[in-house]
Amino acid sequence: MPAPLLQLIDVKTHFPVERGLIFRRRIGTVRAVDGVSLTLNPGEIVGLVGESGCGKSTLGRTILQLVRPTEGSIILGGRNLAGLNGRDLRKTRADVQMIFQDPYASLNPRMTVFDVLAEALLTHRCIPKSELYSRVSELMAKVGLSPKALRKYPHEFSGGQRQRIAIARALAVEPKLIVADEPVSALDVSIQAQIINLLGKLSREMGLTLIFISHDLSVVKHISDRIAVMYLGRIVELGPATQVIERPLHPYTKSLVSAVPIPDPTRRRERIVLSGDPPSPLNPPGGCPFHPRCPWAIADCAKIVPQLEKFDSAQEAACIRMKELNGPAASS
Amino acid sequence: MLLQVENLKTSFHTRNGIVRAVNGVSFSLEKGETLGIVGESGSGKSVTCYSLMRLIPQPPGKIEGGRALFDGIDLLNCSEKQLQSIRGKRISMIFQDPMTSLNPYMRIEDQLVEPLLIHEKLNRAEAVNRAAQALADVGVPDARRRLRSYPHEFSGGMRQRVMIAMALITRPELLIADEPTTALDVTVQAQILELVRRLQKEMGMAVIWITHDLGVVAEFCQRVVVMYAGRIVETAPTAALYRNPKHPYTRALQRSIPALQPKGAELFTIRGLPPDLSRDIRGCPFVPRCEFNQPQCENPVSLEPVGEQHCSACVRVQRKEIQL
Amino acid sequence: MPLAAEVPNLTPSDEIVPDKGTSLWLDAWHRLARNKLAVASAVFLFLLAIACFIGPMVVKNTYYAQNLELGPTPPSASHWLGTDKLGRDQFARLLIGGRVSLMVALCATFVSLTIGVFWGAIAGFVGGKLDGIMMRIVDILYSLPFTIFVILLMVFFRDLEAQFRWLDRFGIPFNLLLLFGAIGVVEWLTMARIVRGQVMSLRKQEFIEAAQALGLRRRRIIFRHMIPNILGPIIVYTTLTIPAVMLLEAFLSFLGLGVQPPMSSWGLLIKEGAEVMEEYPWLLLYPGAALAATLFALNFLGDGLRDALDVRASKD
Repeated sequence: MPAPLLQLIDVKTHFPVERGLIFRRRIGTVRAVDGVSLTLNPGEIVGLVGESGCGKSTLGRTILQLVRPTEGSIILGGRNLAGLNGRDLRKTRADVQMIFQDPYASLNPRMTVFDVLAEALLTHRCIPKSELYSRVSELMAKVGLSPKALRKYPHEFSGGQRQRIAIARALAVEPKLIVADEPVSALDVSIQAQIINLLGKLSREMGLTLIFISHDLSVVKHISDRIAVMYLGRIVELGPATQVIERPLHPYTKSLVSAVPIPDPTRRRERIVLSGDPPSPLNPPGGCPFHPRCPWAIADCAKIVPQLEKFDSAQEAACIRMKELNGPAASS
Repeated sequence: MLLQVENLKTSFHTRNGIVRAVNGVSFSLEKGETLGIVGESGSGKSVTCYSLMRLIPQPPGKIEGGRALFDGIDLLNCSEKQLQSIRGKRISMIFQDPMTSLNPYMRIEDQLVEPLLIHEKLNRAEAVNRAAQALADVGVPDARRRLRSYPHEFSGGMRQRVMIAMALITRPELLIADEPTTALDVTVQAQILELVRRLQKEMGMAVIWITHDLGVVAEFCQRVVVMYAGRIVETAPTAALYRNPKHPYTRALQRSIPALQPKGAELFTIRGLPPDLSRDIRGCPFVPRCEFNQPQCENPVSLEPVGEQHCSACVRVQRKEIQL
Repeated sequence: MPLAAEVPNLTPSDEIVPDKGTSLWLDAWHRLARNKLAVASAVFLFLLAIACFIGPMVVKNTYYAQNLELGPTPPSASHWLGTDKLGRDQFARLLIGGRVSLMVALCATFVSLTIGVFWGAIAGFVGGKLDGIMMRIVDILYSLPFTIFVILLMVFFRDLEAQFRWLDRFGIPFNLLLLFGAIGVVEWLTMARIVRGQVMSLRKQEFIEAAQALGLRRRRIIFRHMIPNILGPIIVYTTLTIPAVMLLEAFLSFLGLGVQPPMSSWGLLIKEGAEVMEEYPWLLLYPGAALAATLFALNFLGDGLRDALDVRASKD
């Protein structure tokens, strides 16, 4: 077992809800991320899935310190990012990079591709001017863009090509970890495939460690080694990708998986249609956060806050009825 | 035959020239049938349906030609008055963003009863009863009280339900749904699909479901129209299309979605970009990106039968030169 | 390699000039150049500025030389736009008045621009309590009737004139300086609001987050990523501030609070002309026309810039 690359220990990110113009008073708290612990090994791709408002994007931004956590530690290569400030924080920024959802908003419209990539290259290192051009071209080639387009501006590229530029920018600082927040959701199906292939190729060739955030289960299953399922700011299930999708343990994962339409009319599956909408993280229900919508909920579910528990050697879920609902664990 | 669209052409006159968004689209729809229109952004799938309802902003848009017979009435050329009596009554539409079709300053109640007062000449009390019933039908709890709410007081999924209730309150014969679940979470999407399926069975209406999601089509539609660059490239019963696609574009799409591929395998990618619709495309619009292209593909091509109820606009498939 | 093949597909012109991109600025410039009215306005303003700054040195009559025997005369060969009651050449006075009016416009706008951008950017970038306090100050100033505020400032500071006599040696009358300052100080409020709003919406943009994640310094984020992206609205609003400032100067001079004779400004000329418009209409007509034409030109240019810099228009 290699040393973990990233360790999240009980990370909480809460946002105060305030009223008032000059004298603000707190009227509530949005518990966007509410106690997440997760360990990433080097070279691993972990998929983070969940529905809108489950806190997956906030968790990604918390790891990057774009949003500071309220509690908990984020340990990357032995340093707790949550404890860093000012100059130290800026120096370690390059270790984690992000790829954003909207390729139209993630590039400065007034800078050429060359400027974007050169800025990233020069942020933490000195590169002689003579070498800069070839380094930028190299980056472009790595993400499958022709260096001919170096002097172009973002608006002259298609969505897929912009996403490639954003990936190149992230790679430029040679980060230890990349957080990709819905990197293919804004793209057409045929373009999605190109970006998924590219990320897969980069992770194989460069040993990239990746957190892949998406609401699209089939994409996450395809690219990830492990999947973490989030609901209302917590991880409710964690395990190897195929296993989580094909044999989900947590009732929420079960319903999520069953709700995804299969693009094959000959394959049908039993659908668990949930009632109601996801509750607001401003006012989460007590006990298990999923119990008001859970078809298998019992009285205890409203009282006990379930913790992640191992079901077998690899897969774990946070449900007090896990063993009961899923039968005895296949011993492995 | 409920709806028959023939050779529909819609274009937009922009600064950069004339964009031929829909270029000769023909299809038909039986009573009670569910038709899926699939395509990527810019394929013309939404413009097709907006044209049918004459909801294209003119200018810059212009319906250049074609016919759309709905129960014998040509929607594209009938009088405004005739159209009014059909639109919102016999044909309803739901949109991707419910906020664009709900007036944020009006109570749900007022918006729901409006078509009843106009089209069915009901009195207010009857109309409110029908509205409450419609809201209950789409699964909004506590319908009578929620009638008094404003659109922003509903969550995204609930808002979409309200919009469906509004579209269905006049018991239309045809519902046109333009990506109504794209912005929703999958669990909510499942609820909405289930809901429309149930209501369709109860009311016997036909549905045109516009989407880019091959999964939704597979689960929901009986027949599929695949659009690319403003044209129909393939149309077939759902099962036949998925089992045995007859156009390279359809096949390529199928091979590029991860759900149908083994985990971690390299996904098929379609090279290049969709064509610029402001330029004249003589032959098959997919030629520059097609792996089977030949010089003959540059000649004009039409949608021809290649199997039972199965039409393709690929010359090489029509001549049985390639197997997909 | 199929991926690289994508690039030449971008635009039809790609094969010819592969390496050059068009920046949004260049794009905006092309669009502005196509707007004939805006271009004509810009040319007009340029010529007007040259005429006003060089003109008074070139024309043979001076704006202050009186000729009481001549008195008011209509336009003639020796006095192109006629003379006023004191026999002063109206053309020379119009030029020098234009110089003062344009200078007031530029200096006061510069003052308002500096305060407004600085104030708005800080409030928007820092946010929180500081933002609340700073913007409440703006609100309070907004609610004061601003003309009265300027008048108060002018009256109050006029007493200090004696201490600033030395300024006259540089050819800047103290009360002109006061005018620049007073107008600038009240005109920055809207600019501050606009800049704050722009900075706040920009702060949430993903490319700003990306810049933060790269570990760029705050200074670089502001100057390299934020300012270039809010320059558009700032430029547009500036061109719309200039006419407002000119009108305010004309109004103050009209009230007798602005420029003092024999120095002149368009506002002052209009005031003098208005007093005698029935007997000597040309004394009102020419300065009135000059001011109106300038204001029109500035508005057309501002409109043209707004259309040209509108990013939505360039993205279709």
